[in-house]
Amino acid sequence: MSDSSPLANLEAQRDELIRQISEIADFAVLREQEPLLVGKRSILTNLQRTLGQIPEADRKEAGALLQGARRMVEDHFAQRFSELEAVERAAKLEADRLDLGDVVVGSVRVPVSIGHPNLVATTQRELEDVFVGMGFSVADGPEVETDWFNFEALNIPPAHPARGMWDTFYVDLGEPETVVLRTHTSPTQIHLMEAAVASGDPRVHSVMPGRCFRRDTPDARHLAAFHQIEGLVVDRGITFADLAGVIETFTRAYFGPSISSRLRPAFFPFTEPSAEFEITCTICQGEGCRTCSQTGWIELGGCGMLDPAVLEAVGIDGSEWSGFAFGFGIDRCAQMRHQIADMRALIENDIRFLRQFS
Amino acid sequence: MKIPLSWLRDFIAIEETPEQLREVFDDLGLVVEGIEITGQSIEAVIVAKVLEIHPIEGADRIRRVIVEAGSGPLEIVCGAMNFEVGNHVPFAPIGAVLPGNFEIAKRVMKGITSNGMLCSASELRINEDHGGLYILDDLINPVVGQSLVEALGITPDVIFDITVEGNRPDAWSIEGVARDLGARLGRPLKEFNVVSPSGPATSDVAQAAISAPEECGRLVVSIIENIDVRPSPTWIQQRLIGAGMRPISNVVDASNFVMLELGQPNHPYDAAKVAGKSLGVRHAVPGESLKTLDGVTRELARPGRGLGDSGVDVVIVDGNDTILGLAGVMGGDESGISDSTTAVILEVAFFDPMTIARSSKRHGLRSEASARFERGVDPELALRATGRFVEILRASCPDALWRSAPLDVRGQLPEVPVLSISEADIEGVLGMAIPLAEAARLLQAINFSVTPTATGLAVRPSTARLDVRSGAAGRADVIEEIARLYSYLRLPRRVPTWVEPGGLSARQKLRRHLRDVVVDFGASEAWTPTLGSDADFELLDLGERVRITNPLASEEAILRNTLITGLVRAWARNVERGHSDLILSESGNVFLHPSTTTDPRSTKGGVAGSVILELPEERERLTVLLGRTEDDAQSAVAFAKGIFERLGLAAVTLRTPALVPMGFHPTRVAEVRDRHTDSLLGFVGEVSPHLLATLSTAHDRRVGLIDLDFDALADERKATRAPAGVKVPSKFPSALVDLAFVAPNSLHADDLLWALEDASDQVESVSLFDVYRGAALGEGKRSLAFAIRLTSDEGTLGEAELSKLRDSLIAAAGTLGAELRAQ
Repeated sequence: MSDSSPLANLEAQRDELIRQISEIADFAVLREQEPLLVGKRSILTNLQRTLGQIPEADRKEAGALLQGARRMVEDHFAQRFSELEAVERAAKLEADRLDLGDVVVGSVRVPVSIGHPNLVATTQRELEDVFVGMGFSVADGPEVETDWFNFEALNIPPAHPARGMWDTFYVDLGEPETVVLRTHTSPTQIHLMEAAVASGDPRVHSVMPGRCFRRDTPDARHLAAFHQIEGLVVDRGITFADLAGVIETFTRAYFGPSISSRLRPAFFPFTEPSAEFEITCTICQGEGCRTCSQTGWIELGGCGMLDPAVLEAVGIDGSEWSGFAFGFGIDRCAQMRHQIADMRALIENDIRFLRQFS
Repeated sequence: MKIPLSWLRDFIAIEETPEQLREVFDDLGLVVEGIEITGQSIEAVIVAKVLEIHPIEGADRIRRVIVEAGSGPLEIVCGAMNFEVGNHVPFAPIGAVLPGNFEIAKRVMKGITSNGMLCSASELRINEDHGGLYILDDLINPVVGQSLVEALGITPDVIFDITVEGNRPDAWSIEGVARDLGARLGRPLKEFNVVSPSGPATSDVAQAAISAPEECGRLVVSIIENIDVRPSPTWIQQRLIGAGMRPISNVVDASNFVMLELGQPNHPYDAAKVAGKSLGVRHAVPGESLKTLDGVTRELARPGRGLGDSGVDVVIVDGNDTILGLAGVMGGDESGISDSTTAVILEVAFFDPMTIARSSKRHGLRSEASARFERGVDPELALRATGRFVEILRASCPDALWRSAPLDVRGQLPEVPVLSISEADIEGVLGMAIPLAEAARLLQAINFSVTPTATGLAVRPSTARLDVRSGAAGRADVIEEIARLYSYLRLPRRVPTWVEPGGLSARQKLRRHLRDVVVDFGASEAWTPTLGSDADFELLDLGERVRITNPLASEEAILRNTLITGLVRAWARNVERGHSDLILSESGNVFLHPSTTTDPRSTKGGVAGSVILELPEERERLTVLLGRTEDDAQSAVAFAKGIFERLGLAAVTLRTPALVPMGFHPTRVAEVRDRHTDSLLGFVGEVSPHLLATLSTAHDRRVGLIDLDFDALADERKATRAPAGVKVPSKFPSALVDLAFVAPNSLHADDLLWALEDASDQVESVSLFDVYRGAALGEGKRSLAFAIRLTSDEGTLGEAELSKLRDSLIAAAGTLGAELRAQ
């Protein structure tokens, strides 16, 4: 290419731009200079416009050379840009730095806000309080359980058809399908009874509230995560009559004196005899309505006498001790009491919903 | 299980109304999910034949149909697409009133007059099929113009939809439900005449063998000849439809009829297609496969996922050892009944319930047969069921011949226990004595054999009740039966008492207290998802994830290890909805993978709890997101300090963390430590700008954040409580001294404050009121100004004492490297 070509100094011009870019140490300056370095006003862009003066035969090669130079400059620019941007970001964070040990609490001024307890937590507390008043203690349990605690110790052996009663989430640990998200609060019963046996005194009088999980597609009446409260009594001479009495006392204490309970036969692997318990429909007070399919009763939970197989699994002598267990949904109680049309509102966390609870 | 009242009446006299029956069923534990009245309000519907079908211009969902209903061609507009010319369908003429009080009137659509309506089965409440018109040709030999009620032999009926519990194998049948009803109502069951086999011996032509005796307890093989395959009479079809099954042909219908009525699944094969007319039961071996009736090819004898399933499949084979079906679950598609079948081999068997349950689960194949076998079919039912099959078949094939001496091979049958029950046993469980005579009467009514003994009763359960176990568990099972038939509603109630008081643990009380304080301070409590996505996890942490094997959606596959993401998301949603001035909090569990935590939970797992498994560590956190316009790290600090004061935590201090905790702003965060134990109690600061930019549109906001480790707070060895003893304030006036110290940035304001507090007993309180930074103070230093109240219980402090105290305060600060700031 001849010296008279507009591109005669291309390499020098390119290197000069790269040098200029590398010398800029301030992000703001780099951004300010951007048009001159790589933008519309840069030397190389101007050269682009002179390509027309180059003879047709050389134009293609010249164009390629110019393009290569531009790309090199642009690459340097981009690299410097991200370097300085990072520096800038770090500087900004540094400028933002606050030693929180030095906060003068007395001079922090924030407006008064009104908080609202969560409906499920409040409901759980109210239920706990009713049972505490009846002499129960409250026990917590883990949400991830092994197959043994969630199923087998509860008389639901591996591959037993009764497992179909629960759609289970499995946790990817150990052998397949050996670790689960608990499908009910019942495994806490096993923990309690094992601990009681280990302590030498198998008596238990506890309720166990907590979060459970079932692999159900959420709808207006079901959430994949939900809350249950479970009750367990192990003592001498405990009978089905005690169970029915506890259920009835609880029902009146929690739902009010006009609501009562009744038991009807059912099947649960961990209790025998087993029952569903129903309460007077809270919508129609037992008159019969759509909610209760005109029966005047709505199903609340399950219960029964501890199955001898469960007592055996935890090492309690069934000839000396007996017991009962019951369980029902906390969210469902809340739904009934507040006539919540769609349970999914409970996990939306919409402040307009949360604000309604006191 | 659908129970038509008409069918029930074959077994027991019933005077009760449907609603009265519902109460009896419910109280027997046969919960009625619904009651359906069928065959009513369809008297005006007649059989019509489709003559022509024409499209309607400008309408692709309706067609013009010409039908003949006995009085000349009629034009109808019809929206169904499942029929063709020549079909016979139900026709409701103008003026007919269909179920649901739906009156048929003349209508004009797209200029075409519709002179009535062609009906689907669901519109007539015959069954739930609303997929198109009810095509009659498969069911009956239709006669144009005949009343549909007459053509189908429909009588008004009541169908109870009953939930059958897992311990009631007997209730998967009309007879079983009738037996329960009889026991409760004190009515006998009607006796049936059962046909007997006759003619040449079965063994002349057929063979049967069991080579899997543990899985197959009994195999009865019969040959039934002189069969003509055609539709069943309408009364049989009606029964099946009422019970929710589709009529197919007389042979298949008889098979289903017997299963529904007596609870015995059975399988008819075309005798001509079964090599050697031989049926055998054996284990499938790995590598074998079977194409089942649903058209799916299934690999057999492969171990299943999960515990306790070694992959045992039991198959039915013919004389060539060719697999005909998966025993007790579903047949193959080769040897079924067809129009040309003239002789049937009927398989009636007893299979081990757990084997069938595992096969059915492993193959994802649940059939009417497997549902019954996995609960336990009465092993003594086989011959009676075969007799009933022949009897039902004879309604359409009067000459059907059941060869004599059906082959009856036995494997291992479950042992029926004998249980001794005393009056004390009953009272011990139920809290009420039921007289033994009454108990015996109730049990005998459901075919339990009962013998009085010296101590009570010896009870041998019916073979229809294989759910009854042996030993103590079996006693509980029998007592449940007594209570159930006696009625739970008649049992007493008693409130038990015990000496131990109820109550909450210290931890539970602290949890309530903490949540109350946070709400008192203005937070609204959220409930955010426990299950999150990989993307959420990666936003904050790159550690090992606790993953769900079978999530409902990929965004719900990881157990959360923080509450921060959920709260930021919940806050961002509210901001998008225009509510940006709020504080959200949540208290809940987070999960740490056992490989990344120092404290995994070791617990019993595996079959029979025989192995120790390491489970994720579950840590309880309380997280507060301060999202009001004015909020930032400083308001978070004020909020957090308020929490600690209300919780009575005596020694909490804020320190700059060595590592930025996940989710926090890197330069506006402090760790919360107990200064006596040096335990980490949580973090306070601002939400990371990166997280905020990713999860919300409010990029320019500062959002305060407090993330507390509840497990540490609840542990008195970690979180030091204020002493129980309190100070009574001095009656004498206190003096206020303001002192400003120049302290190196490395000296924590809290440490200096505590040094001042501890300098003398006469220091009543110390509070930081100003922090000043300026070049004049020197590099790396700032001024901390404290308001110090001094007082004495002895009297008003004098000038000299105050001056001395001031000196000791300055000295105390000096030992930490803080100097009194020059005025």
